[in-house]
Amino acid sequence: MLPEHIRSELRAIVGEQHCLDKQEALVAYSYDATPMQQSLPDVVVMPNSTEEVAQIMRVAAKHQIPVVTRGAGSNLCAGTIPVGGGIVLVLNRMNRIVEIDEQNLTITVEPGVRTSDIHQAVEARGLFYPPDPGSMVISTIGGNIALNSGGLRGLKYGTTKDYVLGLEAVLPNGEIIRTGGKLMKDVAGYDLTKLLVGSEGTLAIITQAILKLIPKPQTQRVMLAMYADMSQAARSVSDIIANRIIPGTLEFLDQGTIRVVEDFKQIGLPTDVAAILLIGQDGEPQSVDRDVERIAEICRKNDAVQIKVATTPEEAEEVMTARRSALAALSRMRPTTILEDATVPRAQIAPMVAAIQEITERYGLHICTFGHAGDGNLHPTCMTDARNHEEIERVEEAFAEIFAAAIDLGGTITGEHGVGIVKAPYLEWKVGAAGIEVMKGIKKAFDPQGLLNPGKMFAKESRNRVVIRRA
Amino acid sequence: MLKEALIDKLDYEELANCMRCGFCQPACPTFRETGYEAASPRGRIALMKAVADGVMEPDQDFVDQMNLCLGCRACEPVCPAGVPYGQLIEQTREAIEQVQEHPPWVKAVRKIAFTHLFPRQDRLYRLGSLLHLYQRSGLQKVVQKLGVLRVLPKQLREMEAIMPEATGKGVSEYLGARVIPAVGERKRRVGMFHGCIMDVLFNETNLNTVRLLAEAGCEVVIAEGQVCCGALHAHSGEREAAKDLARKNIAAFREADVDVIVSNAGGCGALLQEYDHLLAHDPDWEEDAKWFSSRVKDISEVLAELVEPDSWGALPGPVRVTYQSSCHLRNGMKVTKEPVSLLQSIPGATYVPLREGDRCCGSAGIYNLVQPEMAGNLLDEKMGHVAATQADILVTSNPGCLLQMKAGIKRAGLEDRMEAVHLVDLLARVRTKTGTASVERRGSS
Repeated sequence: MLPEHIRSELRAIVGEQHCLDKQEALVAYSYDATPMQQSLPDVVVMPNSTEEVAQIMRVAAKHQIPVVTRGAGSNLCAGTIPVGGGIVLVLNRMNRIVEIDEQNLTITVEPGVRTSDIHQAVEARGLFYPPDPGSMVISTIGGNIALNSGGLRGLKYGTTKDYVLGLEAVLPNGEIIRTGGKLMKDVAGYDLTKLLVGSEGTLAIITQAILKLIPKPQTQRVMLAMYADMSQAARSVSDIIANRIIPGTLEFLDQGTIRVVEDFKQIGLPTDVAAILLIGQDGEPQSVDRDVERIAEICRKNDAVQIKVATTPEEAEEVMTARRSALAALSRMRPTTILEDATVPRAQIAPMVAAIQEITERYGLHICTFGHAGDGNLHPTCMTDARNHEEIERVEEAFAEIFAAAIDLGGTITGEHGVGIVKAPYLEWKVGAAGIEVMKGIKKAFDPQGLLNPGKMFAKESRNRVVIRRA
Repeated sequence: MLKEALIDKLDYEELANCMRCGFCQPACPTFRETGYEAASPRGRIALMKAVADGVMEPDQDFVDQMNLCLGCRACEPVCPAGVPYGQLIEQTREAIEQVQEHPPWVKAVRKIAFTHLFPRQDRLYRLGSLLHLYQRSGLQKVVQKLGVLRVLPKQLREMEAIMPEATGKGVSEYLGARVIPAVGERKRRVGMFHGCIMDVLFNETNLNTVRLLAEAGCEVVIAEGQVCCGALHAHSGEREAAKDLARKNIAAFREADVDVIVSNAGGCGALLQEYDHLLAHDPDWEEDAKWFSSRVKDISEVLAELVEPDSWGALPGPVRVTYQSSCHLRNGMKVTKEPVSLLQSIPGATYVPLREGDRCCGSAGIYNLVQPEMAGNLLDEKMGHVAATQADILVTSNPGCLLQMKAGIKRAGLEDRMEAVHLVDLLARVRTKTGTASVERRGSS
């Protein structure tokens, strides 16, 4: 519990109503979407402007209070859990779209704007902001930037980092900095914009962002290709790209996921196939049609047992249902659903899926895999029960092996969820001891007192588990 | 004490099934309005679970947060994990009710409403007669003119002003029969659930329901012994009372031996359809409850199935029609398409979608009376969208929503431009020309 005088300093900044310290509020901001993680803050503060954020940080710096910045709390790496207590800084009141600049094709937003609201606002003007994380109906752009979130369109359009042109951010000492701008070219000094993107709230608090927009593609089409063998699906992915076609969407479901989805939705998917690819293309109508035909041909050459190309919006909807309901279908099986992510070079998808299957069987668990085949980002998803401690131990061991397998195949421990707490023990596997030291040096340069999001990104030596339980 | 009651009532399995993804939040009216995590389904479930896990003591803030929920269940269809939030909030309210000490006047009002009034249809009719007298004798006008009502809170005054004309007789008395034959070939034997308030304040809607069903080829049975559905009880934490009512209704319709049980109020229908959950642990009633629940349908489903779309008569048009769906019809009974397709099939009517027509209007049982501020905010937002449709007729499918929409139209100064109508009453205006002699009102009150 923070002393009353500090709480009253905070109340003076944001107003009584936006400074919460009752038990019910503290519980409500003690978690995010990460399973089995919870830790109470001391106070929840909801500022409404950059200036208020700066003032809050000056109070925090003066009294050395940890600060965790939070948007929707939809992340899966425990990145917004206040493990060290202190202030949870909720930015969802700062949710204004400041400007849509049709001359420069940019949008300027506050961090609390929901990602899908950005989509709606720009698409109404024939423009396009491609990053589309699975949680975009709830996630905020500030969180997307902090976590450098990906989505279904990563292969063709890239991820959040590719669209952030400039930022306004508050440093831990309360100073306000601005990086980049409405510029496509800028090499003046270190690229602090790129450094802040994906910094997971450990360096500064993003209070405004300038994002790049592109013209909205005219049409899109989708198709499903089903395979009796995983390697045929993987080869199709490589062949599509080798044929110089970059699909807008290239998603993958393994057999376990297909069975559960079919059981849940009854959309007529064959449950004996080993893999399904969901492939979408967008762009000019003629080139889209041509690409869809060529993709179908490539899939057939790779022995797809069935190919379903949507010709009407209803069929397209049905095809998309297969991928969209994956998480819902899986999450209904057992009480606890652990959705992880690991990325490998896309040529290594088949060996990676095989490795996940082998590990799953060896540990006697129920892990299904789906994800973004086009960019090699897979989501091994474990259905378990947090109350079964013995099983959770095995889940932890299995995921550690899965991340190790990803690194062995030239991949990484997280492609879009972030490091947070849950991946911190493995970061060194990916970046090496020297890499960790450089990162810690950067952290120190921004945040010498270690106030921002402590406990995240860098593991404590005592712990090397993917999942921690609440004490 | 509340803690023990909660641990006893709450379904821990379902609490554990919430994966805290937050997909419920954009759908939740109270979260949208406040932006507070605790005022969202995910937040409320987290609070319930925190109590069950011993992380927090349920205090007044906890209770307030649970009471702020409208119970609209908009969170359920968007929940990937299929968590039955409606049941969890009912269990929580039941636990709260069990230990809550109300001030004496609240206790008295609750007792009158939940024990002596709603479960006793005969008393409701008597009250309806009195109300009718008040409205018809000119007393209402005098009272309104004198401004005596100024002593009432604003929301009650608003409700008084739009109160429909009450009756002292139920639908079966008006028709002089409990079994109304199908017009033409009999396609279904349908039990009509007449509801408690519906039969007194919306008697015409009930009569229209019978007419439309009969003309659609249904033999309509107004089962004797049916009582209030119990939804108000269940939503207010009086689940045991709701169970008693459920047993009476099940017995009544079992006896009537019908193929389908039809409701014309989303709020009632959703609970009727969940009697099997309500009585899940009652071995004597489990089977009958399943029989009952599996037969419950909304009137729009039955009409959409049995009436050819091109057989409706025309509205003197052109008329713009929009639709505010009832939360419980949509989120509880999962009926979304049929009301719209019925509206679209009326010649002379142009259907205009209502922006956020899938969002709660703030009525939510007696929510607009106990949480006037939140309800008022939601209503104002709603009426903004309603005005934008430039509709002539605003259609709803639940009495509470209908009253709220009438109040909203008045409040927004739209009385001269549009009316709010129950779907059934609108369809009755454009009845199919199948012959109607058997289903006319006999006598007056």
